[in-house]
Amino acid sequence: MTAATVSTAPAGAAAGPEPGSRSGTTGRRGRRPATTILVTAVLAVVAIYFLVPVYWVVVAATKTTDDLFATNGFWFGTSFALFDNLSAVLTYDGGVFVRWFANSVLYAGVGGLIATYLAAAGGYALAKYRFRGRNLIFGLVLGGVLVPGTATALPLFLLFSQLGLANTYWSVLIPSLVSPFGFFLCRIYADATVDSSLVEAARIDGAGELRIFHTIGLRIMTPALVTVFLFQLVGIWNNYFLPLVMLSDQELYPITLGLNNWRSQTDRLPEFYELTTGGVLLSVIPLAVAMIALQRFWRGGLTEGAVKA
Amino acid sequence: MTTQTTTPTSGTPGTRPAAPPPKKRSTAVGRAPWILVGPFLVLFLLTFVLPIVVAIGQSFTTVTRAGLFGEQGVTTSFAWFENYRIALEDGNFIASIWRMLLFGVVQVPVMIVAATVLALLLESASARWPGFFRATYFMPYGIPGVIATILWSFLYVPGLSPIIDLSEALFGFTPDFLGAGTVLWSIANIVTWTYAGYNMLIIVAQLKAIPPEMYEAARVDGAGPWRTAWSIQLPLIRPALVLTTVFSIIGTLQLFAEPQLLQTVSPAIDSQFTPNLSAYTTAFAYNDYNVAAAQSVLIALVAFALSFLFLRLTNRSSR
Repeated sequence: MTAATVSTAPAGAAAGPEPGSRSGTTGRRGRRPATTILVTAVLAVVAIYFLVPVYWVVVAATKTTDDLFATNGFWFGTSFALFDNLSAVLTYDGGVFVRWFANSVLYAGVGGLIATYLAAAGGYALAKYRFRGRNLIFGLVLGGVLVPGTATALPLFLLFSQLGLANTYWSVLIPSLVSPFGFFLCRIYADATVDSSLVEAARIDGAGELRIFHTIGLRIMTPALVTVFLFQLVGIWNNYFLPLVMLSDQELYPITLGLNNWRSQTDRLPEFYELTTGGVLLSVIPLAVAMIALQRFWRGGLTEGAVKA
Repeated sequence: MTTQTTTPTSGTPGTRPAAPPPKKRSTAVGRAPWILVGPFLVLFLLTFVLPIVVAIGQSFTTVTRAGLFGEQGVTTSFAWFENYRIALEDGNFIASIWRMLLFGVVQVPVMIVAATVLALLLESASARWPGFFRATYFMPYGIPGVIATILWSFLYVPGLSPIIDLSEALFGFTPDFLGAGTVLWSIANIVTWTYAGYNMLIIVAQLKAIPPEMYEAARVDGAGPWRTAWSIQLPLIRPALVLTTVFSIIGTLQLFAEPQLLQTVSPAIDSQFTPNLSAYTTAFAYNDYNVAAAQSVLIALVAFALSFLFLRLTNRSSR
């Protein structure tokens, strides 16, 4: 299936994380301006589709609940209540929103970092050593990539409640430490980029196996590691089902659960509209900025992974 | 391979820190992969393999409570396929699987085609500001499904939605985004909005891996942009398309947050609208973990079957 494209892998790997370096190679010369205008117009219309909900929440967060229902949703209302709304979000219930945000940062940041390190070590081991059980492990983990995350969440809850771990930080953090997709990507990347003769040379120089991994392996695999980290970070940040199943204590909620808690009260208490739109705005802005700023790093290891998949 | 490392060290004496004795060296090489892969493997077994085993075990057992509240003891017994029978005879659960298949048959191709077209347009020389557009399309992926659903639900709800107001003003038509016939496609819109850019990025990554010489050769042969896209780019991004489609199929069967949240604003969504919502309701509303486990296993089996079916189909046609 991949035979035709495998030959491109070393080129992608060697280029590393250099986004855009080749985007112009198809040549800008000889294209009619009419085509450029048409293509750009299509892209702009699509961009509007992706931006509308975010634009709406920016506008909505400036409104009081009365204005929210009385004025045009796509334009600012008569009042400008943005700062009132935001301070209400930050102070409501003793600053529980800040707590949720910090929880999300903890789950996603710590989980993402450790998951990346573990996936790197495992993927490197499978790529650079031949040992009994190697293929079994790879097959097992590959199966794990295909298992729906929500299918394991329910039994995991039962398991964790027997261990007394349900409704603790650990119940969300521990499952976040494992990234089968990251493992898969790291193995393929290490296979293609970490040169066996380099490892052999380090061995001859007397470096221990773990030191070789930490000084040579990790450094060469960095583009893939950044990709794995970002995927895991976003995966944990966006996760809803696992914390929903695991957590009952509001203090432990990540931001997704917390905001949904507010939203679900809007039909009884309309003032929660202001809290919800303000909270959504505060949680969307940093992520949207991060996605755009980090966009170039996403493809670093992905080229390699996608090529071989 | 491991035995080779023992010989070359003996020839280099002197200044270098003495290499460990050959015997020790080869056991270190033998042990190293297990030290490296060990922590991952332990956690993988704990959070993936063990839950699956537990789920399968639970799906074959039944719990009977003696007395009204189980105060006279709880007995667990092997139930064969009883839980599966209950799950499969539940018309609403089966309907939710068919609903997701219908959803997938429409939403997945629409999203993958859109992602492919966007990727090709962005990588064509005709696009202005490709970096800006790429970032904009990818941005929703960073917004959690829950928050995306909150955002879109405000745009769906009559009285709040500026889209409905706009449609009424322009066309005199009041769209009903949350009705029985439409809410499934309103959910499809949220999912497409969230993941189209992500899939586009995977395809862009593979497009960038196409060596420039291929384009050069195509141009020399007189191929226009359509011909280049059809005969060179599409065949070469095939692995990315397969990957994104398989992930989308798995994602479709897992659909949970979007319908669960829209439940409060749309009466058309019941507590068994999707398979996952069904399993969640069985477990936490009815407290029947055994049938819920059987449902989870069935969902995973359907996801597996569809993924393999798709991989088989694409493998065959590429030969």
